Amino acid sequence: MKRTFKEKWMSQWQLQVMVWPSIILLIVFSFIPMFGLITAFQDYSPLTGFFASEFVGLDNFKAFLGDSDFYNVLTNTLAISLLKLLIGFPLEIVLAILINELRAGPFKRVTQTISYLPHFLSWVILGGMIISWLSSSGLVNSLLMSLHLIQEPLPFLTNPNAYWWVATLTDIWKEVGWGTILYLAAMAGIDPSLYEAAKVDGARKLKRIWHITLPGISQIIVLMFVLRVGSVLGSNLEQALVLQSSSNIQRSEVIDLYVYHLGLTQGDFSFATAVGIFSSVVSVILLLLANVLTKRIHNSSIF
Amino acid sequence: MRLERGEALFNICNKIFMVFFVAIIVFPLINILALSFNDGYDAMKGGIYLFPRKFTLINYKTILQDPTIYRAFSITVAKTVIGVAGHLLITGMAAYAMSKSYLVGRKVFIRMGIITMFFNGGMIPTFLVVKSLGLANNFWVYIIPVLFSFYDMIILMNFFRNLPESIEESAKIDGANMFQIFFRIVFPLSLPAFSTIALFHGVYQWNDFFVAKLYMTDKSLYPIQYYLYQLLTSTGAASSAKAGVYISKAFTTQSLQQATMIITTLPIMLVYPFLQKYFISGMLLGGVKE
Repeated sequence: MKRTFKEKWMSQWQLQVMVWPSIILLIVFSFIPMFGLITAFQDYSPLTGFFASEFVGLDNFKAFLGDSDFYNVLTNTLAISLLKLLIGFPLEIVLAILINELRAGPFKRVTQTISYLPHFLSWVILGGMIISWLSSSGLVNSLLMSLHLIQEPLPFLTNPNAYWWVATLTDIWKEVGWGTILYLAAMAGIDPSLYEAAKVDGARKLKRIWHITLPGISQIIVLMFVLRVGSVLGSNLEQALVLQSSSNIQRSEVIDLYVYHLGLTQGDFSFATAVGIFSSVVSVILLLLANVLTKRIHNSSIF
Repeated sequence: MRLERGEALFNICNKIFMVFFVAIIVFPLINILALSFNDGYDAMKGGIYLFPRKFTLINYKTILQDPTIYRAFSITVAKTVIGVAGHLLITGMAAYAMSKSYLVGRKVFIRMGIITMFFNGGMIPTFLVVKSLGLANNFWVYIIPVLFSFYDMIILMNFFRNLPESIEESAKIDGANMFQIFFRIVFPLSLPAFSTIALFHGVYQWNDFFVAKLYMTDKSLYPIQYYLYQLLTSTGAASSAKAGVYISKAFTTQSLQQATMIITTLPIMLVYPFLQKYFISGMLLGGVKE
């Protein structure tokens, strides 16, 4: 009694009606753009479209790989991402451990609530606030001057050399609390009897953190590390859009913003798409490399 | 004994550190609040920390006189409400159908979805597709491209699979069809999962300004975040022209921006404490979610 495909389909047409809108959306907004990647190998013009534009092979890739602007943009992206990785990543873990050590109660609850808060501010709002805080009469300069650490207000946002730090530190300010959630959840899953046993054996707090808490969250640490390495080229477009100005553009132009400017401000669709492909291919390679590396060192991986 | 003393010391240091940490988050936000209630020219002298020095309501009065801000605000509310409702409906229905392992084509759809998690067309090809669909300068560009999320579908699907089957079975025997089961039984039973997804999608809709930057030239369709973005990034001439509509000695472009930031953030800040339990459960449901 094997039913035909058609009979099977008809018997569950209601479910099919439920799933098809999503299938169509996935095809239209995810798969069709993938075919659009072909523009990277063309000299695309909106007038001629995908089908009639001339094929130019790897010319667009050669063009940006020979362009000094591109290396500058790549340096900015990597510098900001690596600073975030070096400072923000360990900070999240340390903060999670310290929050975990707080005794359950209102103090802990309020601390957690406030630490997640900045994550919900949009980059437009935060960018506006940063501009205020860092202006010559703003919070930071006022504070530094009243402490006599500086004589003159520092031009944080117009000094290109400060931009990497401004971008890194403001991103950490926004996301460090939110970044603790997964670690805290993993810590909540650690068997409390391990801590009790260690206490009986006379292990101090730091020893217990080192030998029980950290191993208990090591899987999550590895996972987050691999994902972070995979996204070092995925720069924070919105942040750069808001904080960029003509005076810091030398240091604030990051890959995604570069793609935006090339493609949508200057209309060079093919060149911009080629840069986009480069960035996603390198990202996948980095993700896989980080995965292999952590497998070697830690014996755990995400794939 | 020594052990306990050391522990007490650790706890005190930890608490002091946390107070410091919370202050670093909260004080800058209060600073903006103070500035938004302060005379703009007075603020340029610097030295304002947590309280306004020359209190005024003029910043708020001025921006609330601008009819475009009401327009932008209602666009944002509309895109958030419609966006969340549509997202839950489309993604939820797909997740329900996908939770049945006998669904024809289930495996193919899962594979397609997984591909999209690793590869995508990127900004430019997506832009060209969306534009060619006539969604530029169209309110629905905020809604339609994000109606479906594969990631959210997986979260909901896993949730539905853990619901007791007996309830659905008895409804089926009573003659309910799949739509009735989904809307009357599965949806109410899955409120925690739906709330979490509604929260994240709602925050996305409320905060996003990039879609407007990409596709909107029609000012009447700007959401509040893009309105603010324009206020922040428009070069001196444009913004002073904007402020110049109201000649005054009490506000500057900066003080108007600060008041706009407070008004834009206020709704999120107001609902935030009530939604906290959902985003924590959501992170646990979904693993990593930006």
